[in-house]
Amino acid sequence: MEAIKNSNTKRMNYKSLLIENIKYRTLLTEKYKQRKPYSRKDEKVMAAFIPGTIKELFIQEKSKVKAGDRLLVLEAMKMENTVVSPMDGVIKQIYFAVGERVRKDQVILEFE
Amino acid sequence: MGLKRKTADLKKRMREAVKGGGSQAIKKQKAIGKKTARERILSILDPKSFHEYDLFVEHSGRDFDMDKKFLPGDGVITGTGTIYGHPVCIYAQDFTVAGGSLGWAHAKKITKIMDHAMKLKIPIIGINDSGGARIQEGVNALAGYGEIFYRNTQASGVIPQISVILGPCAGGAVYSPALTDFVFVVDQVSKMFITGPEVIKTVLGEEISMEELGGAWVHSETTGNAHFFAESEEQCFGQIKELISFIPWNNDRKAESFPKKPPKTRQYNIDEVIPADPRLPYDVRNVIKSIGDDSEFLEVQEHFAANIIIGFSRIAGQTVGFVANQPLVLAGVLDVDSSDKAARFIRYCDSFNIPLVTLVDLPGYLPGIDQEHAGVIRHGAKMLYAYSEATVPKITVIMRKAYGGGYIAMCSHHLRADFVCAWPTAEIAVMGPEGAANIIFRNEIKNAENPDEIRKQKIKEYKDKFANPYVAAAYGYIDAVIEPKETRNFLIHALEISSDKKQIGPAKKHGIPPF
Repeated sequence: MEAIKNSNTKRMNYKSLLIENIKYRTLLTEKYKQRKPYSRKDEKVMAAFIPGTIKELFIQEKSKVKAGDRLLVLEAMKMENTVVSPMDGVIKQIYFAVGERVRKDQVILEFE
Repeated sequence: MGLKRKTADLKKRMREAVKGGGSQAIKKQKAIGKKTARERILSILDPKSFHEYDLFVEHSGRDFDMDKKFLPGDGVITGTGTIYGHPVCIYAQDFTVAGGSLGWAHAKKITKIMDHAMKLKIPIIGINDSGGARIQEGVNALAGYGEIFYRNTQASGVIPQISVILGPCAGGAVYSPALTDFVFVVDQVSKMFITGPEVIKTVLGEEISMEELGGAWVHSETTGNAHFFAESEEQCFGQIKELISFIPWNNDRKAESFPKKPPKTRQYNIDEVIPADPRLPYDVRNVIKSIGDDSEFLEVQEHFAANIIIGFSRIAGQTVGFVANQPLVLAGVLDVDSSDKAARFIRYCDSFNIPLVTLVDLPGYLPGIDQEHAGVIRHGAKMLYAYSEATVPKITVIMRKAYGGGYIAMCSHHLRADFVCAWPTAEIAVMGPEGAANIIFRNEIKNAENPDEIRKQKIKEYKDKFANPYVAAAYGYIDAVIEPKETRNFLIHALEISSDKKQIGPAKKHGIPPF
């Protein structure tokens, strides 16, 4: 951004930006450079929707569950959130033990 | 007691009160490069113009032994004064007194001076430097914040509201600045956040410094919460004074007019700023400087969404608000942030009778999954709303590209611009020639023996026919095609003849902009 302050626009670190088949010579912002690439959601993976602590686990690896069955309790922001299974399936792997802290979007468990 | 003794008593009381938190606390404040609350007020206002209110107000805390504590002025200095002769109300939180914490009496002093500003219809400047709510006063501290937020909202669009963040401003306290018109920050001094680094560490286990989380630069470049970034408090005060010279005292007035001055054309030559090739960049601020009086331009939100430029200048002595695509950054596209930035500025200018000059040169909206998912539809709509709703004189200059939805959004005639002119370099079309030719002549190109050659040929045909201002001029969508060097005169004339413009929309309580 320092560069933009300088009104001499000739010797700047230009990149090209493609819009509707036209390549424009321009500078890119930090925000643009740091944008996250899109990744498709994997339905077999369950991640923490809020950062918190695993308070209880009702299942083990290889447990068979039905949609709506209780999986675990995630304590976050002074609330105990019961997390239920979104589908029928078998638990393949659990990455956390009771008492451990998870961050937002961290994978807690995977279905087979 | 005679008058002399009573006067001496008053002087003694005043001496005690203006000491603030005392020499130790003041030393600490200075050690981290900060001025005291009183010094700040005196540096912003004209010399000898400050009149203090409520110097002797005392706090009302009764619990936790607070009743035994004396807090001079209850940690906030309030009053009135002038800036270049313009009257203002002002308050400054005093960090040296109980960390500038906000209790009931502290809040009452602020709301009193805010009410005063509303009654007198003059700007209010708030200097924030506070550790937050005074916990000992419990729910009374919360009530205080709520009363301030309500007044900020009532005053919005009636009197200019300026927030200066010169220290911490955390938790609920940040919402007062967020509701005001302009937020000033100073590098290494300002800190704004809802939840601080410590809470983030406890809850998330993530470590971040105050500066990285909510420092001046973060709010200037990333969040867009701040409008003016300065490297020192002195520079910040200069910016405040400059802003005050550009804006009116209230929504019934116009900004003060200044003697007309020509632009510095030797430095900013309008004929040399723009490359004719629409794919090449240039700094649109040089166009603004080649048009505005004395090439003066007060840029707002310089570091946030730099692909659009907003700010104040004067034309023939009268304040105007410029909104301009910036081809230097991201080719000047509209996106989530630039739409937000421009929409709010348009509404500001409309509220305070400041005519809008729009300079157009954009390839359209920024393509990308991140943009779509971030709600570029909702955010982009704010700009259409703000321009359509604005009733101040609206003047649009199409310099080069005006493609697709971007053409409509940048204050086209369809959104009720009062004057639209284009330069001969303008290209007003549904999309750029490359994209359009690929769609219209898809079959010819696909079925040709040498598709590349045919594509090139078709692009050229489209360019020759549509990449100019004359198609739009033929429909009357632009009023005139003018040489770039005639732009200033065009604007002077347009502003002159629209100075009495009045436009009344349909009766309603209020619209529902896509907030």
